Amino acid sequence: MMGRTIFIDPGRCIGCQACVSACRECDSHRGKSMIHLDYPDEGHSVASLPTVCMHCEDPVAPCAEVCPADAILVTADGVVQQADTTRCIGCANCVNACPFGVPKIDLQAKLQMKCNLCYDRTAYGLAPMCATVCPTGALFYGTLEDLQAERPGVQVADSFTFGDVVVNTGVAMVVPADKVQWPVPGGLPIVQVNGKDVTR
Amino acid sequence: MTRQYIPLDPSIAPPGTRNFRDAGGIPADQWHADQNGETLVPTHCCFCGVQCGMYLRVDKGGKVFGVEPRNHDINRMRLCPKGINAYQQINHPDRLTAPLMRRSRDEPFREATWEEALDFTVSEIRRIQSAHGNDAFGLLGGASLFSEKTYLVGKFARVALKTKHVDYNGRLCMVSAAGANKLSFGIDRAGNPFSDILLSDCLLIAGSNVGECFPVMTQYVWGARDRGAVLIVIDPRETSIARTADIHVALKPGTDSAFFNAVLNVVIRENLVDEEYVAAHTTGWDEVKATVATYTPDRAAEICGIPAAQVVQVARAFAGADNAMAWHARGIEHHSQGVENCLTVINLCVATGNIGKPGAGYGTITGQGNGQGGREHGQKADLLPGGRSILNPDHRRQICEIWGIEESELPAAGTSMMEMVWQMQRQEIRGLIGICNNPFVSLPNYKTVKDGYDTLEFHAQFDFFLSETADNAHVVFPVTTWAEDEGVMANAEARVVKHNKAQEPPEGVRTDTWVMCQLAQRLGVGDKFDYPGSREVFEELRIASAGTVIDYYGITYDRLEETGGIAWPCPSTDHPGTPRLFEDGKSYHPDGKIHLQTVEWHPPMDPYDDDHPMSLTTGRTVAHFLSGNQTRRLAGLVEQTPRPWAEVHPSHGFKNGEPVRVVTRRGSEVFPALVTEAIRPDTVFVPYHWPYPTAANALTIDALDPRSKIPEYKVCACRIEAAEQIDEVPAPPTAPGQAAYPEAQVSRTDPLPPTAPQGRGTAERS
Repeated sequence: MMGRTIFIDPGRCIGCQACVSACRECDSHRGKSMIHLDYPDEGHSVASLPTVCMHCEDPVAPCAEVCPADAILVTADGVVQQADTTRCIGCANCVNACPFGVPKIDLQAKLQMKCNLCYDRTAYGLAPMCATVCPTGALFYGTLEDLQAERPGVQVADSFTFGDVVVNTGVAMVVPADKVQWPVPGGLPIVQVNGKDVTR
Repeated sequence: MTRQYIPLDPSIAPPGTRNFRDAGGIPADQWHADQNGETLVPTHCCFCGVQCGMYLRVDKGGKVFGVEPRNHDINRMRLCPKGINAYQQINHPDRLTAPLMRRSRDEPFREATWEEALDFTVSEIRRIQSAHGNDAFGLLGGASLFSEKTYLVGKFARVALKTKHVDYNGRLCMVSAAGANKLSFGIDRAGNPFSDILLSDCLLIAGSNVGECFPVMTQYVWGARDRGAVLIVIDPRETSIARTADIHVALKPGTDSAFFNAVLNVVIRENLVDEEYVAAHTTGWDEVKATVATYTPDRAAEICGIPAAQVVQVARAFAGADNAMAWHARGIEHHSQGVENCLTVINLCVATGNIGKPGAGYGTITGQGNGQGGREHGQKADLLPGGRSILNPDHRRQICEIWGIEESELPAAGTSMMEMVWQMQRQEIRGLIGICNNPFVSLPNYKTVKDGYDTLEFHAQFDFFLSETADNAHVVFPVTTWAEDEGVMANAEARVVKHNKAQEPPEGVRTDTWVMCQLAQRLGVGDKFDYPGSREVFEELRIASAGTVIDYYGITYDRLEETGGIAWPCPSTDHPGTPRLFEDGKSYHPDGKIHLQTVEWHPPMDPYDDDHPMSLTTGRTVAHFLSGNQTRRLAGLVEQTPRPWAEVHPSHGFKNGEPVRVVTRRGSEVFPALVTEAIRPDTVFVPYHWPYPTAANALTIDALDPRSKIPEYKVCACRIEAAEQIDEVPAPPTAPGQAAYPEAQVSRTDPLPPTAPQGRGTAERS
């Protein structure tokens, strides 16, 4: 986990999409939002959950590792940048490599875009746009100490499993205090392959 | 440019922002690659009653091109999607930039000069008033106007038009709460600031979808919960804050007063009443006690369709907490018993001694940006500036002295907005000026509204986009957006905040103030309407409100810029304002007591029968605002929520996205079904921001609360049935020669079922 980073707390999210709108205001991808807002329990509940780039630390940035053009750079403070426009060839390797499904590809522009933790803002001490505007604090920007001071007893996870692979991230998720599993299952278990139930 | 602010208590701040800096303190050239010459103008959002602070980003050419969060006391950098996208209105291609005119509705609009449009309007006013009397011409204002403009609307109606028929669209918003507050406390505003929520131990939110309608308030709700506060939500739908509430009471629409009476019944039965407080500060307690005696939990369970145990749970949680707060909004106010519903909430707060303490009190959340300020200074049919009554001879004399007219010239009380529409149908009102409102979408029973407006001999509208209502007018005046003029608004806490001018209006656009002054000049009272701008109007407003309950005298533009907002009453320029009322236990009635009122529940006005067994309830969605005139053209918001839907329970057998016809006694419309377990099986929900034929308000009933005259939007009898074809959302109207903005067309070409964009979705897991 990085020092000052984003903490995602799905329990507080109200699905208002302020983060989505705010992300469109970022000057490095103006007009396009890099936030994914998902509804994990559609039809049963209005629960919602924002996903930003998790800025993977170990293995470091799978998206950058698979980039044939070396377009995705990682800064010394652990922020995984979006593709360098002069290098990116739009091959979408990064989209396939990301375990969290974060990068977006603009096929016409042959360019990958993704959340870069609002580097133009965070480099000057401002918070990222999404966490700045989030009305509920479902996206919180600060250190773990800041978060714990605000929300006594809060539990966070920055380690996720995808099958046998464990990914440690720079961005952390708040997990229910009574259900701390470590590491957190990163994806839903596979239940069907080609239409066949594989759980039996 | 570091801003100084004086919060209520510096140690009380919403969570998550203590270590935030806003960009206002950072030299503009340091944090943006392309920031050459960019300036940040501090102002507030134009939308809801929270009134979040924001900066508008202005480029070298003096044009607004973006938004930047601002660390203001109210919102601490937080914004919702409406606030973030609001700036896109300002230089939008659909802006009206020349007056539109036509002699009859059979002709298309043509662009006219300002002279021509103003002269034609005045000649029509004169023609109608000389033939049918002054009261045959009406004026309808709006609560999204700055307070200075709402003051002018009231003055313009009574001094220039000399008509009693003036009202405003806040009549559709929170007059029920206003009526209840006046009856109980003698003052019409929330009792506590938002920051008191952070100190409360139990928070009761009734009829308010805070997560979608006032998203930035949720940071206060969560701040309270982080401290361990209990959250109680009363709502027929499982909204985003109800989802995580400790107690969610999903009662049947239109049964709120029965529920709250029953809660008070349990509070009395379990000896949880603050007897000392009640004895010292209230009147009418014995009558209230006798009334609620019949409202047992079992009776409430039957009326409200909830488990009786929930009534007891709520009573124990609320009355058992050290400091409890109740906030309510349109969900309990939009009823033919709206005032009574609010009274039962007030009774509960007062009986448990939860009034006028940090973390304990009540509040009503205003829907419109100036919903609070819009009714304070004479825009309402029965009120004069400073909340004075138009029926009180002393009050009339005071205002006539300020306005320089004879008391005999001041008209009597007028009628409410919906009643004015009925009067248009009967040709009692033959001419109308509408200022920044859109009744074709926002009033109930659309067919009646359209009929009323079609009957008008002359109709003029002020607006910056061509609204559905303006599209029916003879004259449309293109006026400024909120960022092209300065002025004050009062938010839901009665905190007066100042909006600043960020850019010059486009060529051909004038301020509402200028247009009213020009009309007044042509009507021969120009000497009484000589205002170069908002500042001069505000000075007069201050004097006009001095000495009343709603005292603005101590509030000046300079003070507002220094402090970031002052809560009225503020009688002198060294007075800090009054963020929290009743700290001394005294109400604003002459006897200083809180007058408790008895309430008997009665069924809603639209009776259920075999043909109409279900309840239709309406409301908002987070991406749009009221009639949608300001939001249905902004690409980001249209993309988020392109069209309305009908929210139904899976038990009716509909699949997500299937056409479902909602039928009431006023008509029927077909929406895509949004199938979710987050709504009662006997209830259907449709958001109301869209025009006919996708207007929820073509289905709603125009029954009014007898006291506040608020329409009963929140409940009418309906049935649902399968249908073939979903009704298409019409494109927003545009001025002649203008093509509709392509992004706004998304809603027409995208008949996809509403799933994730509304955060609800399908009951079938994909």
